[in-house]
Amino acid sequence: MSSLVHQFSHEDLLRNRDDIAAGKLWQFPGGIHPPQRKELANKTAIRRLPPPPRLLIPFKQHIGQPGTVLVQEGDHVLKGQPLTAPGPNSGLPVHAPTSGRIKRIGEHPSAHPSALPVSTIELLSDGEDEWTEKHPIADYTALSSSELIALIAEAGIAGLGGAAFPTAQKLAADGQLDYLIINGVECEPYIVSDDRLMREHAAGIVRGIRILQHISGVKNVLIAIEDNKPEAIRAMQDACSGTESLAVRIVPTRYPSGGERQLIQLLTGREVPANGLPKDVGLLMQNVGTAYAVYRAIILGEPLLERVITLTGEALQQPGTVWAMLGTPVDTLLKQAGYVPYPNARVIMGGPMMGFTLPTLDVPIVKGSNCILAPAKRELPASTTEMACIRCGACADVCPASLLPQQLYWLARDHDHDGLREHHLADCIECGACAYVCPSEIPLVHYYRQAKADMREQYIEKQKAEIAKERFEARKARLEREKQERLERHERAAEARKRALAEREAKAAETAPASGTETTGEPSKPANDRVAAAIARAKAKKAEQQKAAQATENPEGQANAKPEAQTESSNSAEALKASPDDVSQTAPGSDPENDKKARIAAAVARAKAKKAAQQGSD
Amino acid sequence: MSFYIASSPHTRQRRTTARLMQLVIVALIPGILAQWYFFGWGVLLQLLLAITTAYVAESLCLHARERSSLSALRDNTALVTAMLLAVSIPPLAPWWVIVIGVAFSIIVVKHLYGGVGQNLFNPAMAGYVVLLISFPLQMSSWVAPVELTGQHLSLFESIHLMLFQYTSEGYSVEQMRMVASGTGLDAVAMATPLDHIRTDLSQGLTLSESLQAPLFSGLAGLGWQWVNLAYLLGGLFLLQQRVIQWHIPAALLASLALLAALGTLLAPDQLPGIDIHLFSGGTMLAAFFIATDPVSAATSNRGRLVYAALIGLIIYLIRSFGGYPDAIAFAVLLANMCVPIIDKYTRPTTYGHPRRKLQ
Repeated sequence: MSSLVHQFSHEDLLRNRDDIAAGKLWQFPGGIHPPQRKELANKTAIRRLPPPPRLLIPFKQHIGQPGTVLVQEGDHVLKGQPLTAPGPNSGLPVHAPTSGRIKRIGEHPSAHPSALPVSTIELLSDGEDEWTEKHPIADYTALSSSELIALIAEAGIAGLGGAAFPTAQKLAADGQLDYLIINGVECEPYIVSDDRLMREHAAGIVRGIRILQHISGVKNVLIAIEDNKPEAIRAMQDACSGTESLAVRIVPTRYPSGGERQLIQLLTGREVPANGLPKDVGLLMQNVGTAYAVYRAIILGEPLLERVITLTGEALQQPGTVWAMLGTPVDTLLKQAGYVPYPNARVIMGGPMMGFTLPTLDVPIVKGSNCILAPAKRELPASTTEMACIRCGACADVCPASLLPQQLYWLARDHDHDGLREHHLADCIECGACAYVCPSEIPLVHYYRQAKADMREQYIEKQKAEIAKERFEARKARLEREKQERLERHERAAEARKRALAEREAKAAETAPASGTETTGEPSKPANDRVAAAIARAKAKKAEQQKAAQATENPEGQANAKPEAQTESSNSAEALKASPDDVSQTAPGSDPENDKKARIAAAVARAKAKKAAQQGSD
Repeated sequence: MSFYIASSPHTRQRRTTARLMQLVIVALIPGILAQWYFFGWGVLLQLLLAITTAYVAESLCLHARERSSLSALRDNTALVTAMLLAVSIPPLAPWWVIVIGVAFSIIVVKHLYGGVGQNLFNPAMAGYVVLLISFPLQMSSWVAPVELTGQHLSLFESIHLMLFQYTSEGYSVEQMRMVASGTGLDAVAMATPLDHIRTDLSQGLTLSESLQAPLFSGLAGLGWQWVNLAYLLGGLFLLQQRVIQWHIPAALLASLALLAALGTLLAPDQLPGIDIHLFSGGTMLAAFFIATDPVSAATSNRGRLVYAALIGLIIYLIRSFGGYPDAIAFAVLLANMCVPIIDKYTRPTTYGHPRRKLQ
């Protein structure tokens, strides 16, 4: 409700509530009036088909995590038996829509524009349609909200309007609510599933609404229906009569008034904040089909096993609506409806505005499906050549989100992601109104989807890069720290050795003051020798390098060797000061080849020094 | 079995750019007929020349830019540009005037900026301004309306005049103008009503004295008032067909009318009134056909209101205080320049976002 307070002052909010209660309707910007074509399928009652011989049940049919499978290939399952255990984070289970044998558990093309394979359970029906034990609740008011929410989750109910968001999760969100809105608008052309459901099952829907009311504690309910469904309106009004808290709101036919955000604006004048949820403005919305599924789950104890599907289009001989078991393959349904195939046909899952074409018909009906549209060859215009945008602005006039579609189009073409963000691409609901009116036939929604996907990918890449950068920085810091520690340790060690040496020297001077310096050096001779040798090696190597660099022999090199040799022993004390680390660095001991070279060089240097010494003594 | 794969939506309004342009051309017909009736064959000859030039220029450009010329030619946008320019220039202007104007519109203003949808300026109006500045004499010798001359120059004489700048009897347009003002005989060329008022006012006459001229025996100048009414009719057809929205014509006419009313109140003898401003010159053509060019106009409806009101303002200012009798072209081009800033500040608030304030 915080956003609501933000959007309205206290007085405005009170007035707003009064207006809603008085039945006021607001406007949402834009919108279009495409041909309805609902009469194709809404004339006949919802048909009930015999269980299909084969069902394809994907693990995941909702927005969220898939469950873990509970059955094995070859198992016999009963109708209503859960096939998966819900995954974490409000995941939903799927159930066996009929009794039969599990034939296979594996990958199968999904009900998605790409038909990408997903984990699917293939069930062969035994034709018995034998139920597992049902647990109907006689008096749901005796149960608490959380108990009922748990039952709804167990029944696998997801939003049947198309988004398939887990209903339990939506109900569990806390927040003070003004209104429960039941969406029976069904604004998309051709689709009549909710229309038929309301006509035939208004009582059940209302009982479902009562349960939802009980769970969410919302007092008032608005049931929204477009004015092109007079029979459904009448049926719902009859079912609601006598219940004061339920009100049917007749909204004008205009696409996309059934969009969640558009309907909220239409019925309440409120706007769901960007990145927010309806509950932020005190509202909860459920589809009529969902309400009916809740009724069946609680009162009848039946999990979500089937849904109403509109089979329509002029390529079907018997268009209409059917109760389709979840998992029924599309081609089975189309055969039932008398599909007349033709080459390069179009089969659309969903409506003509927001549906997607199916690359194969061997994909299942899932919880979010509501229509299979099989148009005849010339029924829907095929996309033709995309022409240049003439900036006519027809798209902006129809955009229900008040976006500037043509600007988004230019920005998307330029891959200008900052510009797209600035123009709120994320608020595009992909309703397709802009592309519908575009005189240049630009597939605008396609551009937006691509841009959204690009941006998502870029975002993920950026996240990854940031994580990698963090790791790299951490590693660098650790290495630096370790180096510092090592240096400190070495310094301390050198310090200690120096002290020890000084002490020893002082001791030696005390104990044998008469003996010469040669004897003083004797106890530490091995160390002296090693260090001196290392220094000599290093110097020899350096000399060697210089020599190589000069290319011509430097005669002075020989003479220079002499003082070096003479100072060799006197330097040894000084050399001791240098840390062993430094020594190990100057004398390459790690690389065997370098080591060898250095030793040879050192030997040469020694020999030269000796020779020079001899010459000097002569 | 293979299936047809497409991105949603799967249905369309089937109203293509070409179809929109066809409707615009249809809507131009009443105005063209009125112009032909009042100003003679020259109107149609200019149209013919303009359309021919437009197609040749468009084909050349598309060929040079390696675009498929057929589909682009079929979008009819070049046709509309040519027709708008043709009806704007004097009907008996020499043939090369319209050829140069249309060629400039199509080649420079449209294609050098990237073709359809990319031009910053209204091509027809940019072409008009180039002509007006380059050939002021040819561009200001309008034809006298038939109501004053009694009969048209024949088709043959019109062609002769356009080709050689002289009639078969050896009169030039200018000479005929002088003949007309001197003797009242064979008056073929004369000033437009707006030009007439302007000249009179500059010579110290009052508006009411100027309006005594035979040219003003009607509402807003003989011939011109009917031409404007005919374009208004065509414009209403476009509105009814939803080819254009009401915002631009309404805002343009409203701002012009408001300023004219204000001017009449303040200086009734120096500033022409609403009738003259709305029904003379190219006002209706501008309001419904020129300012509504979507490519060079503002994009949102609010922006279009601002854009069109600005055009009305500039038209009024130039007509009243500027150096030209009419000012449609200058006003449209100046407003075109303001489109980016208008668009920036009139962007609609996206759903779910806080209302924007001026930054």
